[in-house]
Amino acid sequence: MADSRLTSPPILHRPTEGRPEPRMELPELNIQADAGLPPTADEVVVFQATGVNVHYGKFLALKDVDLAIHRNEITALIGPSGCGKSTFLRCLNRMNDLIPGAEVGGTITFHGEDMYAPDVDPVDLRRRIGMVFQKPNPFPKSIRENLSFGMKVNGIRVDDDRIEQVLRHAALWDEVKDKLDQDAYALSGGQQQRLCIARAIAVNPEVILMDEPCSALDPISTLAIEDLMRTLREEYTIVIVTHNMQQAARVSDRTAFFTVQQLDGGDRHGILAEYNATERVFRAPEDPRTQDYITGRFG
Amino acid sequence: MTTQQLPEPAGLRARRFRPAEQGVVLLLGAAATISVLITVGIVFTLIEEGSGFWGSVSLVDFFTGTEWFPVDRVYGVLPLLSASVLIAVLAALVAVPIGIGSAIYLSEYADERTRRVVKPILELLAGMPTIVLGFFALESVTPALQGAGIIPSDQLFNALAAGIVVGLLIVPLIASLSEDAFRAVPAAMREGAYGLGATKRVVATRIVFPAALSGVMASIVLALSRAIGETMAVTLAAGTQPNFTADPTEPVQTITAVIVAVSKGEATRGSELYQSIFAIGLVLFVVTMLINIAATALVRRFRTVYH
Repeated sequence: MADSRLTSPPILHRPTEGRPEPRMELPELNIQADAGLPPTADEVVVFQATGVNVHYGKFLALKDVDLAIHRNEITALIGPSGCGKSTFLRCLNRMNDLIPGAEVGGTITFHGEDMYAPDVDPVDLRRRIGMVFQKPNPFPKSIRENLSFGMKVNGIRVDDDRIEQVLRHAALWDEVKDKLDQDAYALSGGQQQRLCIARAIAVNPEVILMDEPCSALDPISTLAIEDLMRTLREEYTIVIVTHNMQQAARVSDRTAFFTVQQLDGGDRHGILAEYNATERVFRAPEDPRTQDYITGRFG
Repeated sequence: MTTQQLPEPAGLRARRFRPAEQGVVLLLGAAATISVLITVGIVFTLIEEGSGFWGSVSLVDFFTGTEWFPVDRVYGVLPLLSASVLIAVLAALVAVPIGIGSAIYLSEYADERTRRVVKPILELLAGMPTIVLGFFALESVTPALQGAGIIPSDQLFNALAAGIVVGLLIVPLIASLSEDAFRAVPAAMREGAYGLGATKRVVATRIVFPAALSGVMASIVLALSRAIGETMAVTLAAGTQPNFTADPTEPVQTITAVIVAVSKGEATRGSELYQSIFAIGLVLFVVTMLINIAATALVRRFRTVYH
């Protein structure tokens, strides 16, 4: 099974003429037998974005996004560079607040409440919505301190059992159990990234946002993280930005395809082109731009 | 495909003489050599000019003597050394909190516009002529201390006022270098902490500060050696009275102040008093060098490696 994932067919597939040929053979999809159906009404929506615009200064980076993210699912955000997928992800824990000049318009609700209401505390919000970044960014401290930092910040009691539990959860325990007090930078890149995931889940978030978590990792580490994501999905809601379409196809339940809209005036901004169950997006995309992207004709 | 006779490949063994390259190497090497030679030359002068002094004054008396009274040929370095150290410590007590505080503010809290205005102003303080700071101590700091009842109202010279103005002098050094160290901490590390629900205060104190510690230490030590060698402000503000004391309200005379006093006075070249200033100059040099060595060791020990 692991092999089939590694040897999935190349994504570049250029039809010679006329209508595109039947699309590429898909890598094995990790979705339920009944997946591929449109979202049903009784599923719990964690985030609901409505008419979201993001400006960086005068530049409109992301325009008019409507998107619902469902509980205990993995939602993948894909699309070409500059399409605003990471920007959107960073709206979900108000990380954009930290960027001078960034402004989020429209509404995003978290469990039905407006996340950007003036009386919402972004610090408390980020405690409930964890984040894993593109490059592993452990703190320059020991493995144990990397985990205890967030726990102390959140008033969670730090003890050895909890450390072990979190590391087991992140599939890292066996590799680090004898060196908890060593510097986190002594770990390999893949281990560091799993430590960052452990660090995020140590504070009991409801959601984990992942911004291209595997882009700096080798294929084996990537698969380890993907396996971990499938496990974590039982307890957490995961939103992942990825450049890797096969990764989106392998791990996610739903896929949102963002793209760049080029206006006549030369302005360009990111838009959400298509959002649907992952299998639907990859097998029968409704938007021609999605089709072009997943068949490798652009992006 | 036609077979074509290719030209014979050029031989390798034709090493060229490039005068411009050689010239540049020579010039740059000379520049580096000159700065090394100057340092060596200064040390040599200190030793050479002071050598006669060691013949007439015993080393033990020099290093353990608690009185500096050249008229009676009493040359104890301790009151001078302690004065220099006292003022450097007072300066550090003033400058470390203010310097690090402003560095954290500038790097973590201030917006870009504030930083662009504040940092150059702060650095302007470093370029303040120290004689101006000396008068500032005499005209403003000491009267204020007298008003507060810390210094007796009939006493003008004291170590505290000198320490405060030297502290002000080295604030920009600490602030500017520490701010550079804070800003060198990768943004990804801050984001990692913010993403866990850390507040700005926690990110600044628990993540950024420890990660930048080596740079902060380096800035403090650099500022200390600047403070210990400071001359004009302390000569004006602290007085000319060799005084072996740790009490900052008393007047003291630092090594540098003695050197000024002697060299502008009537000491004839080659006299014992004249030689003594080279001896204490050597002490000052060694102390500064030890501080720098300690700094290098500390920085190496506290260095955090992040990628």
